Amino acid sequence: MTKKTRFRDTISHIFIGNAVPIMFIVLIAFAIPLSGFSTGYLIEEMVTRLGRDSFLVLSLLLPIMAGMGLNFGIVLGAMSGQIGIILVTNWGVSGVGGLFLAMAVATPLAVLMGWIAGLVLNRAKGREMVTSLILGYFINGVYQLVVLYVMGKIIPIKNSAIVLSRGYGIRNAIDLKGMRQSLDKLIPLKIGGISVPVATFIFIALLCLFIWWFAKTKLGHDMRAVGQNMAVAEDSGIKVERTRIIAIILSTVLACYGQILFLQNIGTLNTYNSHDQTATFAVAALLIGGASVARASIPNVFLGVILFHLMFVVAPVAGKELMGSAMIGEYFRVFVSYGIIAVSIVLYSWKRVKERERARRSLRGAKGS
Amino acid sequence: MNSIRRFVDKAGWPRIIIAMLLLSLFIVAPSVGVRVDQSITDTIVRFGMNGILVLGMVPMVQTGCGLNFGLPLGIIAGLLGATISIELGLTGLAGFAGAIGFATPFALLLGWSYGKLLNRVKGDEMMIATYVGFSSVSFMCMMWMLLPYRSSKMIWGYGGSGLRTTISLEGFWIHILDNFLTIRIGHNFMFPTGMILFFAFMAWIMWAFFHTKTGTAMTAVGSNPDYARAAGINVDKMRTISVIMSTVYGAIGILVFQQSFGFIQLYNGPFFMALPAVAAILIGGASVNKANITNVVIGTILFQGILTMTPSVINSAIQSDLSEVVRIIVSDGMIVYALTRVTRKSR
Repeated sequence: MTKKTRFRDTISHIFIGNAVPIMFIVLIAFAIPLSGFSTGYLIEEMVTRLGRDSFLVLSLLLPIMAGMGLNFGIVLGAMSGQIGIILVTNWGVSGVGGLFLAMAVATPLAVLMGWIAGLVLNRAKGREMVTSLILGYFINGVYQLVVLYVMGKIIPIKNSAIVLSRGYGIRNAIDLKGMRQSLDKLIPLKIGGISVPVATFIFIALLCLFIWWFAKTKLGHDMRAVGQNMAVAEDSGIKVERTRIIAIILSTVLACYGQILFLQNIGTLNTYNSHDQTATFAVAALLIGGASVARASIPNVFLGVILFHLMFVVAPVAGKELMGSAMIGEYFRVFVSYGIIAVSIVLYSWKRVKERERARRSLRGAKGS
Repeated sequence: MNSIRRFVDKAGWPRIIIAMLLLSLFIVAPSVGVRVDQSITDTIVRFGMNGILVLGMVPMVQTGCGLNFGLPLGIIAGLLGATISIELGLTGLAGFAGAIGFATPFALLLGWSYGKLLNRVKGDEMMIATYVGFSSVSFMCMMWMLLPYRSSKMIWGYGGSGLRTTISLEGFWIHILDNFLTIRIGHNFMFPTGMILFFAFMAWIMWAFFHTKTGTAMTAVGSNPDYARAAGINVDKMRTISVIMSTVYGAIGILVFQQSFGFIQLYNGPFFMALPAVAAILIGGASVNKANITNVVIGTILFQGILTMTPSVINSAIQSDLSEVVRIIVSDGMIVYALTRVTRKSR
């Protein structure tokens, strides 16, 4: 193989392996000039959104490693985080202290939720994704029951700013005055007029380090073995079900912290809607970053968050310029989020069916000869 | 004692609990001032509205394609049929028949390509169906704005373009089935004969189809694909036929739903329409790979009964609206329960 063909080979390999991100880069390259946003504005938006969303997207990595696919059950974690925030707001603790208190309060709840999700998913092997999705809807019902009827009746809520006027149930929107961007602005830094949420980024970096370290531990290796082949892992003495539950618990707890970070950046908690799209957007971002159902890495997360949010910011304005209606762009970005998930799962599943067929054929061939 | 246990085994706990809940709601109803005859009417009407959508679950479950979370695809075909019929100015029976007539080709086409897709992804049908449904609904959101509809009954006023989010069927074919041979007893009891007859007709077609040679082959594919292949049945073809049937039933189902409801809901309307239908058939005793028409009838009555009774009874009893929460917990809880049942083979 000459140097030139090898070079061409590497290039085509990169293109095939990263078709989705490249497609998005091209799409966005067309949309940015159409939208007319300045580079400075876009960079500022991206820095903010990286701080806001990366943590949530990172929480998807461990279940993928354990072969459980895209964990749509991270909404369970998100809801736990929101309950933590509601309680802390009720107690009137504000600032970074409130933020960490919310995390501490929500952790046991998230562990419990993750444990339940793990048990459920162990009973639905082979269809974890759809089960985690519907489980998210189901727990959303329980969450509404708790927040709308139990809070204020059984769990005492004193703060009248967050209770509905009827005396129980939490208001639709809670203003997180004390917590708003408390972590983002903890270590103030401005580069060229763009404020950088240093503390949040440190937090995210620590999580990346943790995931990187975790993959190298015994448990991390076990998880990967379970992800490769459950039967083989079981035979080699790995407790498959336990490992899977741990993966989901960790993912849920991380998603809980992720949602708290997300909300401190936004500054308002929409009690009944904030978690609705958490899983869809996080999963779509990860897939746009070039991950697949079976393989995802930390670079996928950051590339995905940037590309997804660039599209998110740019699409409505570009849609307005192109079609004369901002709604078209709005619908377009929703379509892309769902469409990218559909396409990724189809491709993954198609590949798996093909591999199964090939294995069957080779078995038959061996018998015949 | 033994026969009770056998009954419980056969019916399954969730179904018994839900039936008990419904029964107790009906018993409590008069004491909190809710009229029972009115409630029964509402339950029957809602059964008629949703019945055909639930029927649409049966073919796909029978051929082993799993629960049809992709029902919105069929609904989209129905919406296209309805809007085209209005665009052409058809009213009354002609309008309704026209809507079905225009919807069917779309349903056949969408169902065929959807079936081809599902044949390539065996084992992951339900997840892919869900997201095919979501993405096609959001794709159609753009289309409803861009398609060249002209009828002033449907597009936004003030020279705007695109269809409205809800279109009234008043003056077109509202209640066309409900009002056919309606039986009224007193002020509060009404039996929508036409709609129930139409459901019975659609159920009969499906029953008859599953007793033809093709229908039997489809059931064989669902119960044991390997055996079916050995018997010379074209598995992929049978699966495609079942998906097409489900999609056509989805399209007709939404048209029946709308004529009773009185409105066409576009844009995000069809997003979560699959979940109640899936929940209903599961409550009726179907599993991820076994369903029949009895499951549809029992399940739809139980589920729609709960949906009718909880708001009226619980609101009157404790003065707060729990209905939405109850709906979510019952329907999604039932689906999670069914997904975690150990089935013939976990693929």
